[in-house]
Amino acid sequence: MADLTRLTAAQTAEAIASGETSAVDVAQAHLDRIDAIDEKVHAFLHVDTEGALAAARAVDAKRAKGEELGPLAGVPLALKDIFTTEGVPTTVGSKILDGWIPPYDATLTRRLKEAGVVILGKTNMDEFAMGSSTENSAFGPTGNPWDLTRIPGGSGGGSSAALASFQAPLAIGTDTGGSIRQPAAVTGTVGVKPTYGAVSRYGMVAFSSSLDQGGPCARTVLDAALLHEAIAGHDPLDSTSVDAPVPAVVEAARNGDVRGLRVGVVKEFGGEGYQDGVMTRFHESVELLRELGAEIVEVSCPSFTYALAAYYLIAPSECSSNLARFDAMRYGLRVGDDGTHSAEEVTALTREAGFGAEVKRRIMLGTYALSSGYYDAYYGSAQKVRTLITRDFERAFGDVDVLVSPTTPTTAFPIGERADDPMAMYLADLCTIPSNLAGNAAMSLPCGLAPEDGLPVGLQIIAPALADDRLYRVGAAVESAFIARWGHPLLEEAPTL
Amino acid sequence: MTVTDDLVSYEDALASYDPVMGLEVHVELGTRTKMFCGCSTELGAEPNSQVCPTCLGLPGSLPVVNAVGVESAIKIGLALNCEIAQWCRFARKNYFYPDMPKNFQTSQYDEPIAFNGYLDVALEDGEVFRVEIERAHMEEDTGKSTHIGGATGRIHGASHSLLDYNRAGIPLIEIVTKPIEGAGERAPEVARAYVAELRELIRALGVSEARMEMGQMRCDVNLSLRPHGTEKFGTRSETKNVNSLRSVERAARFEIQRHAAVLSGGGTIIQETRHFHEEDGSTTSGRIKEEAEDYRYFPEPDLVPVAPSREWVEELRATLPELPRVRRERLREEWGISDHEMQSVLNAGAIDLIVATVDAGAPADQARKWWMGELARRSNEDGVELAALPITPAQVARVCALVAEGKLNDKLARQVIEGVLAGEGDPDQVVDKRGLAVVSDEGALGAAVDEAIAGNPGIADKIRDGKVAAAGALVGAVMKATRGQADAARVRELILERLGVQG
Repeated sequence: MADLTRLTAAQTAEAIASGETSAVDVAQAHLDRIDAIDEKVHAFLHVDTEGALAAARAVDAKRAKGEELGPLAGVPLALKDIFTTEGVPTTVGSKILDGWIPPYDATLTRRLKEAGVVILGKTNMDEFAMGSSTENSAFGPTGNPWDLTRIPGGSGGGSSAALASFQAPLAIGTDTGGSIRQPAAVTGTVGVKPTYGAVSRYGMVAFSSSLDQGGPCARTVLDAALLHEAIAGHDPLDSTSVDAPVPAVVEAARNGDVRGLRVGVVKEFGGEGYQDGVMTRFHESVELLRELGAEIVEVSCPSFTYALAAYYLIAPSECSSNLARFDAMRYGLRVGDDGTHSAEEVTALTREAGFGAEVKRRIMLGTYALSSGYYDAYYGSAQKVRTLITRDFERAFGDVDVLVSPTTPTTAFPIGERADDPMAMYLADLCTIPSNLAGNAAMSLPCGLAPEDGLPVGLQIIAPALADDRLYRVGAAVESAFIARWGHPLLEEAPTL
Repeated sequence: MTVTDDLVSYEDALASYDPVMGLEVHVELGTRTKMFCGCSTELGAEPNSQVCPTCLGLPGSLPVVNAVGVESAIKIGLALNCEIAQWCRFARKNYFYPDMPKNFQTSQYDEPIAFNGYLDVALEDGEVFRVEIERAHMEEDTGKSTHIGGATGRIHGASHSLLDYNRAGIPLIEIVTKPIEGAGERAPEVARAYVAELRELIRALGVSEARMEMGQMRCDVNLSLRPHGTEKFGTRSETKNVNSLRSVERAARFEIQRHAAVLSGGGTIIQETRHFHEEDGSTTSGRIKEEAEDYRYFPEPDLVPVAPSREWVEELRATLPELPRVRRERLREEWGISDHEMQSVLNAGAIDLIVATVDAGAPADQARKWWMGELARRSNEDGVELAALPITPAQVARVCALVAEGKLNDKLARQVIEGVLAGEGDPDQVVDKRGLAVVSDEGALGAAVDEAIAGNPGIADKIRDGKVAAAGALVGAVMKATRGQADAARVRELILERLGVQG
């Protein structure tokens, strides 16, 4: 058997189901791989060796009894450390949750376990998912497998790096402003932000409740679809969860086709601030879509100009409230509990010591934006912009079936380059944020390497809410056309670690 | 700093000033589970035994709205003659306190479920006063802090505090009045009557037991004074957690006297929260609100809007019980009693007991006689509520029936009631065990009568001579001989019959 870590999730599941290999062997191969290279990459915050092997053994036992296995049974997965896992630490990349072992599984965690997915461990992330580089993790940065001195994107850099370095064929991310798609783009992997409400948020530590959305990360479009199907679906524990059938994403991924499809190119994405090589690959992708039979239409979404500003009011506002619960009273870090401080002082000391600079910055921004007398000007206006952006999308989707854009304006930047410049960091999410504000579905998939730096570029596809299957139909067509053109998947060109 | 408040007499206060009140009442709903999770709401459980990730505010947890809570809120709104929102949202009220697991309270802000209503309340003399309702909204209760080591049980001076989150997340409905103006000297009475009426209403709706002593219903009394003839409201004080009807009245009265003293002395009222003291009916300064607290309300993004369909609202409206005040008026007429008597029945908490006794077959006057007489006396003596006495309306009705059938007389009936209260069983069992039945065997009774006539020839002669009034002595003798178990009226009849005299 070839190197088990190079297989796709679909291939892995098939090999286990057919008895070609065992789930334990697959899990062990990935644990060995993690052991061998993760010191360099730092994709994982916690590796659950025992849990992974136990889950793998259970899959093998099930197969031995002749029971039917699900489409992802035995496939290893790297779980972003923002989902609660019963009995396994969950840090959200923060010191504030030091020592907390969740007493419950997130709905997503439970669904993965029920599907027989083998959770290898918890991946690194920007603290509370606030960031675009994973440099805001309290536990140190993660390296981009294409160049370990560069960022793997964020906030889900641990998940994207785990995929790109073949430490796991599947990963879970969460996307509040681009935290699945931007890491996918800069690591040459596939990431999908499903329609808001498609994947339960129960047990996903909240950053910005109205924007947060969990989703699949993988190395192929089909793998992402298989994972999407496993984690999506209505959850009575999440009131904002969509109560509708999950779109047929796997079927779409198996039947890539863009013939007759109307594809919109958003005029407002591009120009100043966009790297030449990124735009080159993007234009090539649009050309490819045309060659494959799609009709290309230019559309305008004028309100997108204000998306970043609105986002940086709404997300901090919600986070200032969501993160209030970290007060040292019930769980996690507690500082100053020496009998000389009041409860109020212990809370203040703990939050001072436990939160990083970016988290504090956003809590302060949000607290200010929600303050009496400022609410209308800030939070209120931002919500109006959000409505305008949603209308821009609606108008555009009246004309076209999907929209395309570069996922991110630049390729992976060096670690440390934007660490002291929050505004520069925020710009990384320029193209991804509108979809979070509107709650629709979007995917990033690799569309080549930028000529000037040889680093991956992502193509973003956006579909209307609840039409997630379109992403996979278009994505699969583009993916197979590119692989045919390149002669191999893009990740084959990544350096060996 | 200890401040001793000066007071002016109530009459003097009212001579110069006009009180304006606002009442905020929190009602804990009697739902089986909490407002946003499936935890039990049962009282008296081990601390922190009725908690889950959601009501503990654990990272990642999310709320789900309790549909029964929403239904109860709508019922309350309808009973208070409110409009019911077509569409409304929950909002987060942000502030830090250790007994609040998320450090925000899920509440409602500018979109309450019910608004613009009124409640007509009857005062002692039957006068009806209309209290306008601003809004009723849904929210969740906090946990409970117990401060250890301080002298007063307050946080000041405590060495540590214990937190119990069993109460965290229990559904609350907050009912806020519009400013109550024009009540004048009757303001404290109106406050009391309003809270009493609201309590009756909540109970009649079946949405909460509204037991104030259990904290299931809590009242904040906001009060300000303005000089007669002026329109502008004065600065208010907010007296928190006034938890009995009597206290509501006393708190309002105290604040009127205190405000008047401050204002007439040329001082200004500080906007502050005040604590009420049951012992002497006074209030003392709590925390001063130097600036309005900024709760940074915003719509709760973890919950979807509540949009009760008009059909549902109308269905609920159709299920509303008769309003307590209307019902009381109907019963008063049916029972043929005065406003004042009805007020006594209400104050004794006897209305439902009497109704149930009547439903079990007793005549209304008899039912009322027992509950307001013998049983009220016992409840007073034992210091328990009438409803808590170990006797049921059905048992009282049975006693009434036995009297009507002539099997018991009043004196015996009291003994039966006593037996039931003492746990000796149902009325019939007590009658059997104690051998209390009226002697109605004509033969036995006749013998006793003959014996009495024979033993008192002088009296018998007087009766034969027409002194019918003397029969009482012979009746007494018969009653004594039968140890009170004879029907006195029948005994009298027999005596007169035997002596050939017309009664």
